[in-house]
Amino acid sequence: MAYRLGVDVGGTFTDLLLLNEATGDFWRHKTPSTPHDSSVGVMTGVNAVCEKAGVKPSDVDVFLHGTTVATNAVLEGKGARVGLVTTEGYHQVMQIARSLVPGGLAAWIIWPKPEPLAKLEDTVEIKGRIDAVGKEIRPLDEVDVRAQLTKLKGQGVEAVTIALMNAYLNGSHERRVAELAAEILPGVLVSLSHEVLPEMQEYERTLTTVANASVRPVVSKYVKNLRDKLRGLDMQGRIALLRSDGGLMSSEKSEEHPVSLLMSGPAGGVTGALWVARNSGLKNILTLDVGGTSTDVALIENGEPRRVRTTDVGHLTVRASSLDVKTVGAGGGSIAKVPELTRALRVGPESAGAAPGPAAYGKGGTAPTVTDANVVLGYLPEDLLGGAFKLDREAARTAVQTIADALGIDLYEAARGIIDIVNENMFGALRMISVQQGYDPRDFALMGFGGAGPLHVNAVAKLMGSWPAVSPVSPGVLCALGDATTRMRTETARSYSKRLSAATEAEVLGLFGEMDAQIRDTLKADGVTDAEIETRFEIDVRYHGQAFEVPMHVTLDSLKDGGLQRLAAAFDDEHRRLFTFNMDAEHELVNLRAVAMGKVQEIPSLEIEKGDGDPSRAKIRDHEVWADGGMKPAAIYDRSKLRAGDRVPGPAIITEMDSTTLVLPDCEALVDAYGVILINPAKES
Amino acid sequence: MPARILETNSTPFGKVAVDPVTLDIIENALRNARVEMDATLFRTALSPGIREQGDAFPLIADRDGRMVVGQFGSFIDGFLKGYDGEIEEGDIILVNDPYSVEGAISHASDQLCIAPIFRDGRLVAWSAMFGHMTDVGGKVPGSLPTDAASIFEEGFRLPPVKLYRKGELQADIVRIAAHQSRMPEWFKADLHAIVASCRVAGRRVVEICERFGDDVFASALDELLARNHRAMAHLISTAIGEAPVSFEDYICDDGKGAGPFKIKCTMWREGGKVVLDFDGTDPQSDSSINFLLNENMFKMFFGIYMIMVFDPQILFNDGFYDLVDVRIPEGSLLKPKFPAALSCRTHALGRIFDVLGALLGQKTPEFLCAAGFSSSPHLMFSGFDGKGEWFQLFQIGFGGIPGRPFGDGADGHSLWPGFTNVPNEFLERYFPMVIERYESVADSGGAGRFRGGNGIHMTYKFTEAGTIAIHDDRWFVPPWGVNGGAPGARSWKRLDKANGESIALPSKCDGIQVDKGDLLHFVTWGGGGWGDPLEREVELVELEVSRGLVSADGAKRFGVVIDAAGKADAAATEALRAKIRAERGPLEVFDRGPSLETLRANCLAETGLPAPRPPVWRNAPLALAAE
Repeated sequence: MAYRLGVDVGGTFTDLLLLNEATGDFWRHKTPSTPHDSSVGVMTGVNAVCEKAGVKPSDVDVFLHGTTVATNAVLEGKGARVGLVTTEGYHQVMQIARSLVPGGLAAWIIWPKPEPLAKLEDTVEIKGRIDAVGKEIRPLDEVDVRAQLTKLKGQGVEAVTIALMNAYLNGSHERRVAELAAEILPGVLVSLSHEVLPEMQEYERTLTTVANASVRPVVSKYVKNLRDKLRGLDMQGRIALLRSDGGLMSSEKSEEHPVSLLMSGPAGGVTGALWVARNSGLKNILTLDVGGTSTDVALIENGEPRRVRTTDVGHLTVRASSLDVKTVGAGGGSIAKVPELTRALRVGPESAGAAPGPAAYGKGGTAPTVTDANVVLGYLPEDLLGGAFKLDREAARTAVQTIADALGIDLYEAARGIIDIVNENMFGALRMISVQQGYDPRDFALMGFGGAGPLHVNAVAKLMGSWPAVSPVSPGVLCALGDATTRMRTETARSYSKRLSAATEAEVLGLFGEMDAQIRDTLKADGVTDAEIETRFEIDVRYHGQAFEVPMHVTLDSLKDGGLQRLAAAFDDEHRRLFTFNMDAEHELVNLRAVAMGKVQEIPSLEIEKGDGDPSRAKIRDHEVWADGGMKPAAIYDRSKLRAGDRVPGPAIITEMDSTTLVLPDCEALVDAYGVILINPAKES
Repeated sequence: MPARILETNSTPFGKVAVDPVTLDIIENALRNARVEMDATLFRTALSPGIREQGDAFPLIADRDGRMVVGQFGSFIDGFLKGYDGEIEEGDIILVNDPYSVEGAISHASDQLCIAPIFRDGRLVAWSAMFGHMTDVGGKVPGSLPTDAASIFEEGFRLPPVKLYRKGELQADIVRIAAHQSRMPEWFKADLHAIVASCRVAGRRVVEICERFGDDVFASALDELLARNHRAMAHLISTAIGEAPVSFEDYICDDGKGAGPFKIKCTMWREGGKVVLDFDGTDPQSDSSINFLLNENMFKMFFGIYMIMVFDPQILFNDGFYDLVDVRIPEGSLLKPKFPAALSCRTHALGRIFDVLGALLGQKTPEFLCAAGFSSSPHLMFSGFDGKGEWFQLFQIGFGGIPGRPFGDGADGHSLWPGFTNVPNEFLERYFPMVIERYESVADSGGAGRFRGGNGIHMTYKFTEAGTIAIHDDRWFVPPWGVNGGAPGARSWKRLDKANGESIALPSKCDGIQVDKGDLLHFVTWGGGGWGDPLEREVELVELEVSRGLVSADGAKRFGVVIDAAGKADAAATEALRAKIRAERGPLEVFDRGPSLETLRANCLAETGLPAPRPPVWRNAPLALAAE
């Protein structure tokens, strides 16, 4: 029997999902996270979920894991102390960065100046120079290099990054410096910019390589520790980590290239959503992952999540592929306030976090939060299912009343205002990934998950015109589900930079052939068989002289016999769709990219019992919620008792262990064959 | 005669109550639309000045032309007053002549597109965007001649014309305009990009109207402007006194050997209104450093500075305009008479921000920032490469950010909103040059409890012969420090010829021939310091010495003695600080460094360049006022 185990370590809970590949049976488990050493929580969970399923850890042949360990190392400044080796004249490359001060005119007055990720006192420069066509114009001065590396050794650096000018064209100097570093700083991990990111732009390449070096020891230690413990449980199968771009990579590879893990956490949600969507027959999805302090949104078109070439972590943008996930500071814990001067209602980005948390949690929080507004309006019932957790409605009312008083409106209007604004902030983030990219949100369904996604998904879907609003089964463990159901992935890119007139189909095909072999070998080394590998090819195209490219999908067949001309025409169409116009400038082929993916896990979703459309057996009690200016009668349902085909009229609340789905008035929820809730506007009766 | 707007639907907009939540939603939606305008522009423009550096400015205004979101305030009003014609749905206006639009744009290099936004036959809003084109013709590559005597030498001038007429592109206009440029492809692409970005805003505004209704939209914009008016009225009454405060600063020279040129502004409050009077500013220059300053634009600068200095929570728009009265003397450097040359107005544009900061902080020095906005250093490099192809670079550099009440100024960062540097690997790949050095200059930031940011030292090695032009300032009059902080270091430029000759270059020059192998050192000014340097933490000074941002010798400016091992010597430091305290006079609010006389006397020795000669005025009354 083959089992896959997906594990997602979040800030509060570690979610596990064990999947029987043959039958689609799955078991889930939730256990508190252990931030001091998250492997402790993972081990507890692994034992518990295996016990539930009655299998031994040794039966698990793939362990799949999404982790925020790399992200947190960057955000909390807990990465390694990185020594940086730069070209003579460039030791301040991280200090000057791109010279950008974020914000508008005069924002410099209040901008907090950031500290570079590699400290300037740990940065050295060396003599030797490569030019912009990859030619050596001055040889390396090895005496100088040794002296500078010795200086870094004296500084006590824990990792070394070598990032030299134009190394993306010629890495020979970087490689030689690495050899000397191995001699002078034995045992210190060395990252080379031309290997981590063989692309133009010295600051971005250096930053990405430094970020990689900085998180490498932390990730490496984490992964080794986890691997040892899993092996200790006699789990001999493969261990794979979820990359920011939604693919998997082997744990060994992730130790070398941890910069690819910076968005591993949010990527789990998106890949989970993808699996749910596939089973429920939805192709175009916008995802809405609402947590305590922030919301992540992403776009899936035709079963493919949008990918971007950069990853944003804190104030840094590194060049590593990731799913195009946008984050806004709007979540259940976001605090509402009314600044004295403008008398405007603002929600977030400050958050009450897990401690003290919303007032309704009764843990000492008094600031009015989104959760409190949800409680006041009746969207979150006081006694969550099982009665394990009771919300303090009075405390929530007291907190929200402060907003009502400041605005001179009544309690419910204030609560409704808070919800409207936080929904609007989520809407803003969704617009950035949809409308702004030329997509019409009305062609997409909206899937809400994470702790509070299903509470907001109906309202946001209404704003976007994105139907149905989807609440997947056990939305809290969707990330673990994503980990368990995604496939291996690797990619490689080459700078090509030729105008269309100078490029030939034969040359492009030749390069793609080499790249194809390279990425297939990588996956094969990770245990994927050649027959299982699927490859895809992309060419980044722009009008010559533009700063940004549009990635265009190609196949090797489509490139034959005038394929480049057809590619140019397809690019023109895409450019018009995105930007409303075309240019008569020549086309430029900027980068070639090849992606290899392992087998899709065709894991069936479990069908639930079929019902007769009447949800009344699942009804817990009558309730009331605020809608259209007054309290309206509503009902609360137990999700576990709903059956396929049941139709729940809004307003209604559907609860389960770890989340609550709100169905608005004039909407209707349909339970599909797999238990997924699909909310649509009610048909005119 | 002002513009006549043709609407097919004459129904007036209803005034409706807008709840605070809808108001915030509409404001956010407009802000998102503005962000989208930028994104569209940067993704589709071709010139490095726009696509890499972001030298462009978007706005969305209400139907009366008042800016609701944007950066530089609305100039649509000035355009409407000066446009003698009809405006219809689908029109997009293009203009680059500053004199035709009351300085809405201030030199011919900026191309401004203005698009009315209609819905159901009624004008509901405006969108506009302007961007700095690499070349608009004229006597020198880059179209910024330092010695121009009139605007006719600075490239083509378009009065407001319809680039689109009822939705139809007037292709001949693009052909005529692009034909004047040395970089026609960049010009065309950048112009299309500007139009695309105005259209994006138009689409978004129409969507918002569809969602909420036109009356709600119009009323919401009124309320957003009124909200800002209320907040600013409160701020002005508390932060600005009735007693006049005055400040003056100088543009170092005019590029023809004369200078410095004084910019003076006096501020006071009359009831609820603030007056900003530039009386005492020097007359206009015979050269191209004049700045046709649009009054509304200056109101916005004032408003944004007020907000950033005193209460960054306030969202800015044009709502407060009637609370501010800006007076600029006709014929002065800031309101030159046609056809005065305008192309190199960037120094005065930067400098008025220094002046503004100084004015606002005088009543409350704890909010004061030091000087360092100052200018926007430009390098132009053009010629024919080995293959006989024309190349032309226009690059914007950055100095040090001033010391601030909240901390140190950043080293080599941009004071202009949204601007970034050009990656050096990009420069090396697309232009015949190697960038041998790109770092900030130790000790160039003025000493202070919070030090000024360091300027940048950039060394270009040219690998083909060509011609360069430089536009910079703060080489003669240093950027001042505040509250005891010292002035920042001045800028300098030097050409080390391949033949061994070394030439000090003026901060404003063009037509300088360079040969293959020549090295150009382009060094910008440092920001002024903030607060008493002796109060800076010793550990921080020591750390910055180890970082190479401050030299061991430069540490003495903070009264810190660094030993041979690079560590602070506690006893020596204490002694030095005591000695400095005993010997120095009382700390002034402003430290401008040496007097103009001293600067003149030492100029040649310190800069390698002769001191600028005092300007000769043709406008006697203004000259007298400026005495």
